[in-house]
Amino acid sequence: MLVFKIKKVIDEAPDVKSYVIEHKLNAKPGQFVMVWMPGVDEVPMSIGLQTDTEFTLSIAKAGDCTALMHEKLSVGDKIGIRGPFGKPFTFEGKKNIVLVGGGCGTPPMLNLAQVATAKGIKTTVLLGGRTSEHLLFEKTFKELGCEIKVATDDGSKGHKGYVTDLLKKELEKGEVDCVYTCGPELMMVTVARLAQDFNIPSQVSLERFMKCGFGICGQCCIDGTGLRVCKDGPVFDGEIALKHQEFGKYKRDSAGLMIGLDGCALDKNL
Amino acid sequence: MNVSVKFCGIDFPNPTVLASGYLGVTGASLANCINNGAGGVTGKTLFMEPRPGHPNPTVLTFPGGLINAVGLCGEGIKNGIHEFKKFREMAPDAPLIGSIAGKNLKELIEVAEIMDTYPVDMIELNLSCPNVDDEMGRPIACDPLMTRDAIKAVRKVVKKPISAKLSPNVQNIGIVAKNAENEGADAITAVNTMGPGMLIDIKMRRPILSNKVGGVSGMALHPIAVRCVYDIYKAVQIPIIATGGIMNGKDAIEMILAGGSLLGIGCAITANDLNCFTMITDKIREYMKEEGFTDISEMVGLAHEI
Repeated sequence: MLVFKIKKVIDEAPDVKSYVIEHKLNAKPGQFVMVWMPGVDEVPMSIGLQTDTEFTLSIAKAGDCTALMHEKLSVGDKIGIRGPFGKPFTFEGKKNIVLVGGGCGTPPMLNLAQVATAKGIKTTVLLGGRTSEHLLFEKTFKELGCEIKVATDDGSKGHKGYVTDLLKKELEKGEVDCVYTCGPELMMVTVARLAQDFNIPSQVSLERFMKCGFGICGQCCIDGTGLRVCKDGPVFDGEIALKHQEFGKYKRDSAGLMIGLDGCALDKNL
Repeated sequence: MNVSVKFCGIDFPNPTVLASGYLGVTGASLANCINNGAGGVTGKTLFMEPRPGHPNPTVLTFPGGLINAVGLCGEGIKNGIHEFKKFREMAPDAPLIGSIAGKNLKELIEVAEIMDTYPVDMIELNLSCPNVDDEMGRPIACDPLMTRDAIKAVRKVVKKPISAKLSPNVQNIGIVAKNAENEGADAITAVNTMGPGMLIDIKMRRPILSNKVGGVSGMALHPIAVRCVYDIYKAVQIPIIATGGIMNGKDAIEMILAGGSLLGIGCAITANDLNCFTMITDKIREYMKEEGFTDISEMVGLAHEI
């Protein structure tokens, strides 16, 4: 367990805050850390921007623990970090990539864009959000040299509709050689299927309830193969993810019971 | 060289068995261990009702191995049937051990009756988890007389082979094992985690595990587990699933020489991931070739012949 003081807190969007920590983490894009808030919980969190001296955790209010983090954590407070863990995104040999970020799944896309643009890979970012206020890191992606296209549910900015509509248009151009996505699972299912339709590889980043974070407890295993999201993932080839019966359908709670992706009881007919 | 083991009438293609608590939440995960070379697998301990376990942090590494206070989370015996069925679809013939426990003796008997009807080859009674003392009191296996009563009661309702999983945190583990044998246990699984222990983060100035204390396993447990297996082998005739800090082939052979017929594997996954099952089995074969053994059973308990 590494313990750090929070150096800076940034309000990014409604219900999303970034916490900057002074430490060279050396994580690869797509890897995650377990973040410990003493007396509350320890949760897996993707890694946002990284430099030689700092890393950023951009945390969306998504449950009891993250709500408490937003409420209680400020500059100078200590948090515990285990990791980085998991298999990262890979981009060997890629020249023209598209990143699809939806809501709170956008931070790992930021780190991926950082590394990809530094390698000279043409990077197009498709951002989705409920309103223009919910679009994350547009400016940062631009500063990194990415081309940006946005979609909002209410049409307050960019395309009115799904971010996956924008992906279809990009894929129709026929120049893309890999699609990367992190965000709501149903969005990722659509992204993986679209990429498959266009015969283009995709990589998706899954999220499941985790305990150990390093592949021994079995809490995050996915039905179909029993692969571990924390160790064999969180990044999976889209084609492989699609072969898992639970992808886009259900997940498990702390007891191991199957629950819906929204955290509610599962429809027994699934 | 034959490394297959006939254990309580069940054929294990090799002696490595995934220990309870590791990768046992789902049937698919257990099948994945078989596909990666495990000779058999043990499911996560199930109670009557679903249990969320303790909040995180629950599992931590330290230089001597692992400390955990997962808190016996599980989906409950009735929901668990789906996972055993899934396992059987994916690995129809692989040995499967169902692990159970109860908040009290009455619940243990009820859960055992249900597990006996499931597609498992053997039932392991987890009498020894050290992480739930606040809720359930001292583990059954810490008391020879409570162990005797538990085995006696479960034996009456269960037809399948029973293995009693014992605690290293006792004065004389041989007596506990002997009591289990006398009441009809078919095997002993030894040992569960030791302790409990505690890790404190010096910067946060507080225990890291949310439960504060947790069971210690891995390298730190190994020499204690070897001694326990040695003592049990001396005390009983029934076979032993030797578990506790087996990290590699050498540790595994040590356990066989102490008296283990099967080997419970867990912490080794942290070192060599799921390859650990094959690596350990290969190392045993290599040792057998070097030392002139043809069947793995010839090695069991040899450390006693001095």
